[in-house]
Amino acid sequence: MTGSSRAGARRRPQRHLPVQIFLGFLVVYFLVPFWWVIVNSSKDAPGLFSGSNTLWFADSVDYFGNLQRLFTYDGGIYGRWILNSTLYAFAGGIGATVLAVMAGYGFAKYRFAGRRFSFSVLLGALMVPATALVIPTFMMFSGLGLTNTIWAVILPSLLNPFGVYLMHVYARDAVPDEILDAARVDGAGELRTFIQVAFPLMRPAVVTVLLLSAVASWNNYFLPLAMLSDNRLFPVTVGLGLWQGIASANNSGSTSLWSLIILGALVSVIPLIIAFFTLQRHWRGGLSVGGLR
Amino acid sequence: MTLLIEESAASTQKKKAHKVRGKVRLREHLMGWLFVGPFGLVFLAFLIAPLAYALYLSLWQKKLIGGTSFVFLGNYVKAFSDPTFLSGAWFVIRFSLVAIPLQIVLALAMALILDAVTSLFTRFSRLMIFLPYAIPTVIGAVMWGFLYSKSFGPLTDVFGLFGATAPDFFSSNLIFYGLINVVTWQWAGYYMIILYAALQGIDPTLYEAARMDGAGKWQVALRIKIPLIAPALLLILVFSLIGTLQFFNEPQILRYLAAGTISPGFTPNMYAYQQAFGLANFNYGSAISFALGGIVFVCVYAFLFFTRKRRSFF
Repeated sequence: MTGSSRAGARRRPQRHLPVQIFLGFLVVYFLVPFWWVIVNSSKDAPGLFSGSNTLWFADSVDYFGNLQRLFTYDGGIYGRWILNSTLYAFAGGIGATVLAVMAGYGFAKYRFAGRRFSFSVLLGALMVPATALVIPTFMMFSGLGLTNTIWAVILPSLLNPFGVYLMHVYARDAVPDEILDAARVDGAGELRTFIQVAFPLMRPAVVTVLLLSAVASWNNYFLPLAMLSDNRLFPVTVGLGLWQGIASANNSGSTSLWSLIILGALVSVIPLIIAFFTLQRHWRGGLSVGGLR
Repeated sequence: MTLLIEESAASTQKKKAHKVRGKVRLREHLMGWLFVGPFGLVFLAFLIAPLAYALYLSLWQKKLIGGTSFVFLGNYVKAFSDPTFLSGAWFVIRFSLVAIPLQIVLALAMALILDAVTSLFTRFSRLMIFLPYAIPTVIGAVMWGFLYSKSFGPLTDVFGLFGATAPDFFSSNLIFYGLINVVTWQWAGYYMIILYAALQGIDPTLYEAARMDGAGKWQVALRIKIPLIAPALLLILVFSLIGTLQFFNEPQILRYLAAGTISPGFTPNMYAYQQAFGLANFNYGSAISFALGGIVFVCVYAFLFFTRKRRSFF
């Protein structure tokens, strides 16, 4: 640090050039894969494999042609995958959030028999690797004839122990007992107290849990990969994995499939990026809760 | 004086509240279970039952002749003398030892910088660094697979500029680092956001006080900020440990491109998947899953025990 910048460190004029350069490098690193995908999804198969200009646009930019090919390939299966992912993310996300909010509130605000024991079981469950559950859940569902149905993906994603933990911490701190008691004195039932008094106070954490559960369902790969065999039920993650397997298996024969995979990857991340950016203000407040205790 | 009055007012209020609560005490048990119950059912059905079932399955063995027989711990004995399982387990342990410290140090450095310097550029950087978390791990692996690719990736180009040969991240020597890079790219931003949120929660008057006592920026960071966000650091450490030991998605996807380098038994999770769904050997697959779950549980518990931070986390 030079003398002049040290002297200038009163309030504002901190330029932090090394820091800015460091951040600049990081931003480039984190953006390179996106840039590559954006650029290369505009190319046709020969442009993709020409081996030049891999980080810049080809002479012929053909987004619309590629989009059309993406959504019509194999009877429009890609559009179905996106819809499936949306269904799994909404059903799993909303279901898991409703259960987590109720259970978190219950743990935080009621002293019931077996509460301490159940809560410590819940905390132990945070350490259980989710993937260890996939094989036995598959076996159970297979016995019930539920494999290869949408329920095989939706039902297990209702389980979100970390969401319950987050909601418990948040409800304990953000919902004062006095307010609940006041509502009860005014004659509100327990359910009404929960919905009209407690719920609005818990909203930031609810948005966080909803977003995290929906993203977890959207990103899920192992569970649907194991559960589903009909490719019309696949979410987009498993679908693109399938295409990648096909394209790698016969490298020369399916060069056109590679450009579909690249554009498919780009299209599939757009909804998530929009969700994160529009809900930014809400989820960040909720995230700090779990880490501050 | 005023404090005393406030305190007694608070205590009468509390007593009043207690009276009200007394009336509902009988219903409290019932209400508590009504709120917790629905989640409890899902918890029993999709966590306890599968775990119990996996344990049960893992104690049996299906043979070509003679059907299914009870082998008690036989599958576990087999797993812990199975070179594929052991090498997979050793891989994820080595991987954790490199990937986790790297991600956390990077996330911490980024969070401290973004907390200390506020400008339009740092706000932009924060969003861009977080962006990979919004990407499914599978898609992240697909994207890096493109970048590593010899036929259409940029590495050949970029290294060609300097007259060098591009490293092949799909080779058996470099796949370890190729995967480290994918995982770091994917998760460092998420950990950064958690740490950043914790840093933002610190009372800024503490910094004023420290500055009055003559503490510099480094001292504030090392002696105040880092100790105060220790619970958040612990949280991300535990989560990254749980996640890394179950490593599956990225190697499973890159397997297609790195044929021969990533075998179906590359990580224990992939091995369990191959045994169960590739070879229809559900008993052995369950035993591997369960053994892996046991390793994760022991590692996390030992870690929390040695850091003596169990209380502050839970």
